[in-house]
Amino acid sequence: MLSVITFLPLLVCAILLLLPRALSARAYIQVWIATAAVDLALVVALWTGFDPGEGMQYQQRVRWIPGAGVGYHVGVDGLSLPLVALTCLLFLAVAVYSLKERQRVRSYVCLFLFLQTVSLGLFVAQDLILFFVFFDLSIVGMFFVIAGWGHGERGRAAALKFFLYTFIGSLALLLGFIGLYLAAEPHTFDLVDLTRANPLAGRGAYAGLVLLAIGVGLAIKTPTVPFHTWLPPAHTDAPAAGSAILAGILLKMGAYGFVRIAMPLLPGSWRQYALVIVVVGAVSVVYGALVALAQTDFKRMIAYTSVNHMGYVVLAVGAAGTLAGTDAQARSLAVTGAVTQMVSHGLITGALFLLSGVLYDRGRTYAIDAYSGLAAHTPRFAGVTAVAAFASLGIPGFSGFIAEFQIFTGSLASRTVATAIALTGILLTAALFLRALRSMFLGVPRLPQSIPTGGISDLERTETVPTVTLLAVALVIGVVPRWLLDVIEPASRTVIELVAR
Amino acid sequence: MNENLAALVPELALVGTAVIGLLAGSWLPRRRQWIIAVLAAAACAAGLVATGVTMATDREQTVFAHAFAVDTATDFGRLTVLGALLLIAGMSVETVRGHKRETEYWVLLLLTGAGTLALIGANDLLTLFAAYLLASIPAYALAAYAKDERGTEAALKYYLMGALLGTTMLAGTALLYAAGHATLYRELNTALPTAAYGLVAVGLVGVLAGLLFKAGAVPAHFWVPDVTDGAPTPVAAYVTTLPKIGGLIAGFRLLHQAVPGTDVNWPLLLGVVAAVTMTLGNLAAFFQSSVKRLLAYSTISQVGYLLMALAVATRTDLAQRSLLFYLAAYAATNLAAFAVVTELPHARTLDDYRGLARRRPGLAAVLVVCLLGLVGTPPTGVFLGKLEIFSAAVDGGFTWLAALAVANTVASLFYYLRWLAPLFRLTPAEPSATAFAVSGRWSAATAYTAGAASLLLGVAGGAVLPLTTGPLLP
Repeated sequence: MLSVITFLPLLVCAILLLLPRALSARAYIQVWIATAAVDLALVVALWTGFDPGEGMQYQQRVRWIPGAGVGYHVGVDGLSLPLVALTCLLFLAVAVYSLKERQRVRSYVCLFLFLQTVSLGLFVAQDLILFFVFFDLSIVGMFFVIAGWGHGERGRAAALKFFLYTFIGSLALLLGFIGLYLAAEPHTFDLVDLTRANPLAGRGAYAGLVLLAIGVGLAIKTPTVPFHTWLPPAHTDAPAAGSAILAGILLKMGAYGFVRIAMPLLPGSWRQYALVIVVVGAVSVVYGALVALAQTDFKRMIAYTSVNHMGYVVLAVGAAGTLAGTDAQARSLAVTGAVTQMVSHGLITGALFLLSGVLYDRGRTYAIDAYSGLAAHTPRFAGVTAVAAFASLGIPGFSGFIAEFQIFTGSLASRTVATAIALTGILLTAALFLRALRSMFLGVPRLPQSIPTGGISDLERTETVPTVTLLAVALVIGVVPRWLLDVIEPASRTVIELVAR
Repeated sequence: MNENLAALVPELALVGTAVIGLLAGSWLPRRRQWIIAVLAAAACAAGLVATGVTMATDREQTVFAHAFAVDTATDFGRLTVLGALLLIAGMSVETVRGHKRETEYWVLLLLTGAGTLALIGANDLLTLFAAYLLASIPAYALAAYAKDERGTEAALKYYLMGALLGTTMLAGTALLYAAGHATLYRELNTALPTAAYGLVAVGLVGVLAGLLFKAGAVPAHFWVPDVTDGAPTPVAAYVTTLPKIGGLIAGFRLLHQAVPGTDVNWPLLLGVVAAVTMTLGNLAAFFQSSVKRLLAYSTISQVGYLLMALAVATRTDLAQRSLLFYLAAYAATNLAAFAVVTELPHARTLDDYRGLARRRPGLAAVLVVCLLGLVGTPPTGVFLGKLEIFSAAVDGGFTWLAALAVANTVASLFYYLRWLAPLFRLTPAEPSATAFAVSGRWSAATAYTAGAASLLLGVAGGAVLPLTTGPLLP
């Protein structure tokens, strides 16, 4: 079942490539939409059959390269299932949004189908090498998206920077994985076996080095300060659909790695170095928000808020590794908050990046001061963007509030100072979004010179449907979150038990 | 004494076919010289079958007073070498067809291939040196095959380096003989630990010098870029692939079988050589604009990674497996890249590849697989090889070397991407159609086969890896 969900997009991609170029551009996108919809339906079916109390489910284990300790092992639990669902939903939204795309559509659709398989595969992988394979392929896929459909020559430069930077991270990760592999007896890369064996317990400096390698690898992908510098150019010069996937899904791979790999497999070192992780998280929160505040480019600003939002996740997982001054319930709350924040950030930032794509489509620029009084011309666009911005800054009623509330409650007891500092991040985010909204949508109507005399057109249906859907899901999670939290909470309790051993 | 010739079928098939081919080629008219090519391919196929039978029936043995070992390393090395020879033959077809010296090409290729096979199995210093000569001398002639200025210069450089380091190797052999009173590895193994340290150290370095020349490792790497650039492309593919397989497996066997007990700190020596080789190869590749020179330096850096396995030869069980697997994956990947270059004879610089993805999507796909493969992107074969070799290095106590290799891998990404990026670039200044004129179907088919093999070795690595584990016979 999981393998079907994972490889269905790749299968469709292969069929599209093998068939002659018979279809029209629109038909390719429709095939993509159909595929993404089927995949989402399958995940919904998976979710209904999922029993949160049962731990890892839908497992499938096949011998792959037994000589090297590598196996094909997939499964979902409460940590990965929400992200799998998010992946399918966001790819469907992006597919609908892409109906306007006219540039080399066949390759475009195939790349995104490939990326969907890779992202799903990463979240269901229960083997370190399988995880790594998908981790690396996601970089390759996104490189081609940015290089091929980004904004001109700068897009290619940004793609190169993105590739080099994140590839370094992936190789650091690989070194860490090898360290784990060699420590386990018998040598294996299987996540479940490694979690059970806890091979680096009591290995002091060696375990610390392994955590350093894995931590750096994941931190680059997340990204946290100081490894975030690849993110703004990659986002600014990527196409809107690519940005939405990059922020919505690919960034989660790093954060997910912390809860899936670093915490359960290296509990001792995780507890030992929890302070470092907390500090990195808090700095990311504040620094990301401050730099976002200084941006004049709408898309770049959203990119930096991603650094800020992912900082909360890192803060929470760090606090979950601090045993002193707290209890298991609080720590579990922090982990639940972190996972909820990943889902929430995927939904809201995905929508925001799609909206910034609309802005670029109309005015060919992201500069905030090029626009003024847009609300008069484009009421729907202004409305949806305002809702997305408020959702992103954590207003109650949306998923962001639920997530951040849990993170702060779970972290406050053990890491009071860091959490207090991180709280200011919320204030800064509110300021920067309100500033951008005011200057772009309110005031005297003024448009960039590049817009023809016909004026600016409002959101079309292919733009409204995906963005509003994503925000609607964020709203549902914000109002009735139990269906999501019921799935995540048992898994976070398990993680907390594993970290505490 | 075991003198079972049946154990040597692959070597004999190549040498025998070379002799038959030379005689037959003298009488065949030029347009029928393709028959020799068919014979050569048949010889490789026969060797593959014979190796398969040996592996299936467990006929591992040493022959001729233990001077030649037919064991796991030999078997797997034979499969790699013969498979690679077939691929090289495939991409050579268009280059040499109808050439007035076509027969010579095939004969020389068979002879140097036989020499490589002999290197792999050599279990004795003198066998090793004879194999070194058999593998090298035909290769010098191949380098100058086109008889043009650049080819001649390349051949001269190749020959001078080879002669110098061959002499060094012979001197090293003499010193080891003086120290251990034997040339057989099994006897050296027991004699060398008690022998004079200086003799053993200098002798070992001398012998290794010759093998490093074959592998194209720093400091014996100066010939690699010139020969790769000057020789015809299929020959360039040959000199950057097969001698490495021969030299590295021979080196592994020497280190593992003959000198493990000595006080000489050869693991550190090889670790340093590996580090320097991968770093220099990468740095030199950075700003190359000619695709062949870029590939040449990339092969040097790949040897650096491969040498890591030699450094930990006796320290971990993973070393042999990682070396053999990496060699096979590297051979398939490197040959696929060269097959693409052969297929596009007019595209010489990186810029000439601009827009290839649109014009020749198949070839562009092969290049993407190979170049990303050479970086070590999963799920290609080289990724699995790198994974194994890094594991071996860490397990053998060379964590610093593994970390350096990781850093180098990242650095290498830069120049591979410099080649990859133009493939997808669409600019008004697209080169004219002649840049992408293809040389023929054979090279293209070779590129696709080798590219698929490179990918398959990664995905189906589980089926291949068990073939690489087994004891070396003393």
